[in-house]
Amino acid sequence: MEPVLELTGIAKRFGTIPVLDDVRLRLYPGEVHALMGQNGAGKSTLIKVLTGVFAASAGEMRLEGRAIAPASPLEAQHLGISTVYQEVNLCPNLSVAENVFAGRYPRHGLLQGRRIAWSEVNEQARALLARIGLDIDVTRLLSSYPVAVQQMVAIARALGVQAKVLILDEPTSSLDDDEVRKLFEVLRRLREQGLAILFVTHFLNQVYEISDRITVLRNGGWVGEWPVAQLPAPALISAMLGRELAARSERSAAPEALASGAGPLLEAQGLGQAAQLQPVDMQLRPGEVVGLAGLLGAGRTELARLLFGLESPDRGLLRIAGKAVSFSSPADAIAQGLAMCPEERKTDGVVADLSVRENIALALQARLGTRRFLSPADQAALADRFIAALDIRAADADMPMGLLSGGNQQKALIARWLATEPRLLILDEPTRGVDVAAKQEIMDQVLKLAAGGMAVLFISSEMSEVVRVSHRIVVLRDRRKVGELPGGSSEDDVYAMIAAEHEA
Amino acid sequence: MKPELFARAMKHRLAWPVVTLLILLAVNAAFNPGFLRLEWRDGHLYGSLVDILNRAAPLVLVTLGMTVVIATRGIDISVGAVVAIAGAMAAFLIGGAVDGATTRFPVWVAVAGALALALACGLWNGALVAGVGMQPIIATLILMVAGRGIAQLITNGQIITVYYKPFFFLGGGYLLGLPFSVFIAAAVFLAMYLAATRTALGLFIQAVGINPAAARMAGVRARRLVMGAYAVCGLCAGLAGIIICSNVKSADGNNAGQLLELDAILAVTLGGTLLTGGRFSLVGSVIGALIIQTLTYAIYSLGVPPEINLVVKAVVVFAVMLMQSAEFRATVRSLVLRPAGVRS
Repeated sequence: MEPVLELTGIAKRFGTIPVLDDVRLRLYPGEVHALMGQNGAGKSTLIKVLTGVFAASAGEMRLEGRAIAPASPLEAQHLGISTVYQEVNLCPNLSVAENVFAGRYPRHGLLQGRRIAWSEVNEQARALLARIGLDIDVTRLLSSYPVAVQQMVAIARALGVQAKVLILDEPTSSLDDDEVRKLFEVLRRLREQGLAILFVTHFLNQVYEISDRITVLRNGGWVGEWPVAQLPAPALISAMLGRELAARSERSAAPEALASGAGPLLEAQGLGQAAQLQPVDMQLRPGEVVGLAGLLGAGRTELARLLFGLESPDRGLLRIAGKAVSFSSPADAIAQGLAMCPEERKTDGVVADLSVRENIALALQARLGTRRFLSPADQAALADRFIAALDIRAADADMPMGLLSGGNQQKALIARWLATEPRLLILDEPTRGVDVAAKQEIMDQVLKLAAGGMAVLFISSEMSEVVRVSHRIVVLRDRRKVGELPGGSSEDDVYAMIAAEHEA
Repeated sequence: MKPELFARAMKHRLAWPVVTLLILLAVNAAFNPGFLRLEWRDGHLYGSLVDILNRAAPLVLVTLGMTVVIATRGIDISVGAVVAIAGAMAAFLIGGAVDGATTRFPVWVAVAGALALALACGLWNGALVAGVGMQPIIATLILMVAGRGIAQLITNGQIITVYYKPFFFLGGGYLLGLPFSVFIAAAVFLAMYLAATRTALGLFIQAVGINPAAARMAGVRARRLVMGAYAVCGLCAGLAGIIICSNVKSADGNNAGQLLELDAILAVTLGGTLLTGGRFSLVGSVIGALIIQTLTYAIYSLGVPPEINLVVKAVVVFAVMLMQSAEFRATVRSLVLRPAGVRS
């Protein structure tokens, strides 16, 4: 069988910095092909070359045997290459149907069909969504639906064009298990219809659940291509890392027993906000990692936002080191030694046009105030220290933050907060969209920080991570705290607690 | 200059604004032989260049304030009205006594009063944008329209003519041979430049302009900062209003600073600061203001009929904008240079 899409010798340089070199990729009709690699391996760049966002510096792309060089995503789409990006790229202020058809509305009427056929738009949108098993009101605003639904709409939009190749860049990073299952049903159906699907993810179990073949990239180069059965998980990780995976004992990362006796650093009593979060009681002691567990929408982020002054609680009491506080902005929380890495890295974290150096220095400078100025030299020293400490892969500290890969942006954001030397660090999904090795590094880092006396509130939708790093786990369900579990509890314990509440 | 050095210099973000200014000066010099001549007479420096600097001072001030607001993703279209308000207030406090030696209040009170009112105007804009959350263009539109009314309220609907001589020093006096207004503009520029580069304000403003949510999350007090930007913009417009009032020796609530907001926005853009906020250049904005003033001077000195001078200005501005667009230059280069490349 001929591949529907074949890339050979693809190279890409930004200025003098090579990011891709001699990369190959073959996609066959009716397969799900996983593209794997660490952060900065070049996955996103390859996809951008493939979809016409960047022009390749060298190499050849063939679609059904014909050489192509799409100059824009639109052109790639017309050729039959559609993409759903990691961050949903839709317009929240348009209806679902408008989003599905934006830019290519069905037309009717006089003047060569200059009028948009709205009834047809809605009808066809409904039909397209039905094809992937989604039955929703397509006339409502996209923003009124959860991210998972938005993701499905993005896929429907991509399918709307007669797609031969569908590229999914981390489609599951914001979905819960149930939604992932639904998405995979959709993918299987599309595979049967003969679509070639390129699937980028950091979840190994998902790779093995859905993929047929795997291509691995490392440091911008091509490592190899395997049928999934011939590349078991340890081999895959070795291929991604470029070295044998050290047999890491689970115990090394396990939380150490906490020195008792320390008073609580943070104490919430009945803290809540109408319609957002039922009153929550919780404590955090210095040197302690508390995990927040719960399904998507359980109220984890809502609680974090209340603690950090992003939202104002309308009930309850918050104490920091025994003193009652009320934060009206993050700046107030930061002044008390709090820090928070937000869930939405792109919208709430990264200042894309500023340099990596300025991004790392930003929170510390904000804490220092206007007049105690960190000169560019001070900033550079600070940035270099953290770039080395957290192994941030940046060509230099003066490059714009927006050009870093996702995982390195995340590390730079963590660096921004560590620079403020916080007493309490809130990490909301710090490992999302981050490769396996970096995940491990981040979790090790969390434990190291706690050992140094910092309190950490760790939020993750990956239960295994929560269980692994936490000294204590606070379980949330339906915007309510349902209980606490001691460190060393298993994932099943957490799920049992969530489920028990469900039955009650 | 060595070719590679020249190529590097042209990559600097201020290269095109500087080139534009030089071209406009050259055009002036070509049509008006005495343009570049400077003379020392009666202890003052005289010449067209001095004249341009003097007349540009109010625009430079307004442009500097506008730059800061635009850097925070905002815009302030009320500056022209604030110029009128401040002028009216200053004239009102000086009073219209015709003997040239009596004043209602001392000059410093008049200046302080006018500036205080201008500051209040800026804070009002800032409160609407940062506090209430209005779109900047709508929020400042309110004062743009209402401001002219406020100015006329102060002047009682009349054009107030002032005669008090010491007040004229601000907009018409000389210090060390140069117009005093130039010193005011230079001092404000220096203060703002130092604030942007020697304190964290520059970083904060850019962070807020590029990504307000992330800046707030990082602990930048974005609201206060935006409020401050509009306040500074109001103050700058107030200073410009006082200079203009002192220079023309009268306050006209209806016409003072008319359309100045558009010149200021244009100057900011010419100076290389994007209207989308974020990265900004105060030096660029000063150059932008000088470009506009030089252009205005050229139009008058070349004898362009008054009825079409706005059209001429528009055409020149259009050409300058095209010249500064990297995309346009690339297109032109591919059209012009490709045949040349073939020849060689």
